[in-house]
Amino acid sequence: MEYFVIIIGAIFVNNIVLAQFLGICPFLGVSNKIDTSLGMGAGVTFVMTITSIVVYLLQYYVLVPLGIEYMQTIVFILVIATLVQMVEIVLRKVSPSLYQALGIFLPLITTNCAVLGVAIILVQKEFNLAQSVVFSVATAVGFALALVLFAGLRERLELEDTPKAMRGVPIALVMAGILAMAFMGFSGLVR
Amino acid sequence: MESTLKNMVLTLFIITFVSATAVGFVYQVTKGPIAEAKSAKITAAIALVLPEFDNDIGQTRHIENIDGGQVIVYTATNNGKVVGYAVETFTNKGFRGEIRLMVGFLPDGTINKVETVYHSETPGFGDKIERGRSDFSVQFEGQNPSDFKLAITKDGGDVDAITASTITSRAFVDAVERACRVFQSIKTAEGNKLKRF
Amino acid sequence: MGKFQIFTKGLIKENPTFVLLLGMCPTLGTTTSAINGLGMGVATMFVLIMSNVAISLIKNVVPDKVRIPAFIVVIAAFVTVVQLCMEAYTPDLYNALGVFIPLIVVNCIILGRAEAFASRNSVLDSALDGAGIGLGFTLSLTLLGVVREFLGSGAVFGIQLTGGGGILIFILAPGAFIALGYLIAIFNKLTAKLR
Repeated sequence: MEYFVIIIGAIFVNNIVLAQFLGICPFLGVSNKIDTSLGMGAGVTFVMTITSIVVYLLQYYVLVPLGIEYMQTIVFILVIATLVQMVEIVLRKVSPSLYQALGIFLPLITTNCAVLGVAIILVQKEFNLAQSVVFSVATAVGFALALVLFAGLRERLELEDTPKAMRGVPIALVMAGILAMAFMGFSGLVR
Repeated sequence: MESTLKNMVLTLFIITFVSATAVGFVYQVTKGPIAEAKSAKITAAIALVLPEFDNDIGQTRHIENIDGGQVIVYTATNNGKVVGYAVETFTNKGFRGEIRLMVGFLPDGTINKVETVYHSETPGFGDKIERGRSDFSVQFEGQNPSDFKLAITKDGGDVDAITASTITSRAFVDAVERACRVFQSIKTAEGNKLKRF
Repeated sequence: MGKFQIFTKGLIKENPTFVLLLGMCPTLGTTTSAINGLGMGVATMFVLIMSNVAISLIKNVVPDKVRIPAFIVVIAAFVTVVQLCMEAYTPDLYNALGVFIPLIVVNCIILGRAEAFASRNSVLDSALDGAGIGLGFTLSLTLLGVVREFLGSGAVFGIQLTGGGGILIFILAPGAFIALGYLIAIFNKLTAKLR
């Protein structure tokens, strides 16, 4: 039951993009097409899940025993950068077409605040390994959900006549705000 | 510099080593101030919520693990006589997460004062639980849980909630109620101890 | 480009928030009040200047292939320093900004400037660039913070200006998106006239 709370919380109530403001750059940058959004969402899910496992092990078996928790930021970001590199290398060999499709977005996962954010949060919340994995998968699903929903909205927006000053990012932000408002309806769903 | 494997590994290693050392140094320098900053807030809160006392209250720190969190009880004495208890309580039902309060109790169970120690509630709304921002926390002063129902009026209690901040108000009450419960169990345990004699 | 220009371009022409559209996460997440926005901006500016200087200093000894990881380590180190100092000397601001402080390390602005400028320019120029962009970032964050705090609760920097109460949504998540969207639009409109 507890996992249910974590999952619903991470996907809807505390959606990583719409409620916690993490992962905005790819959110605005990738979401103009539904298929790139799905690809990005998949990439982030994969990286986030593996990161959460590695980060958990490093935090509790290396950083804490050695008393160097303050090295957290440096260690975590290096882990993420390394993992993304590895994903790139593997993807290039295993599925060159997907690699091409994701293009520049893969390395961008490193600077996706959502990935580092999730790593820090799962340590803050003192989740155990199982909870950490569930939390990061759910968060990534929430990220993908927000991305895909937004892409759908933006594809429609292309056909509209937007005032010049609002075109592009401004109107996208206002729309994201309204989407965020809709997601606020989920608050109170879980404690 | 050329990108040979040796160069790459060496530079990366040196950079990481220098960075780690520098950070480690700053860590040592700030360790003291960080610990002080953390305890300063608690010490100030304890002094605020209790009547005058003269003991080294930090020594009386007693931790209760309850409801998935920690409630900490400090006992204050003046000239050897117990004058009050400061209970650092919590709730996880805040709008934005954990709220920690310091509730001061007089020996008879009356709430002396309540001070907010930690919260991340919404500025302008939930943050009104802070003493300086509204009288919300003041309404608990002088009240005894035996005749003051610890729930907001909407839930059939005696507490006036903050306008537009029902969730935060409820969470605050939840934390106070938890403090009362722990206080009661401490008093009962003490009472039982005395009865043995 | 003259020294003065290197510094001032970060304020308007290459304003990280309104023009380059970088660093959105902290922009939205820490501007619930003017003081929070200001604090975040200053912390980021510090890291930006220091990392630009450090990276400019080591730019000739770092092999090309490990550029990015090396820069990341340097930036992460400065972020940790800022984290520790804030926790020690400005605990209230530290608690208010929360997870966004360590997240400065993935603020695209910092790695972006390191790649685009500091790794190719002198130490002094890099410092000026960092200061200019950092100041531009700080100003945008403070502006957004002021707007959200005022519209949301009628106060600015904690000083109550109106009778009290306001449009709640601006302090909450949706309001951040909406307020920023309109600010960028207004900025676009104003600067279009300048061109």
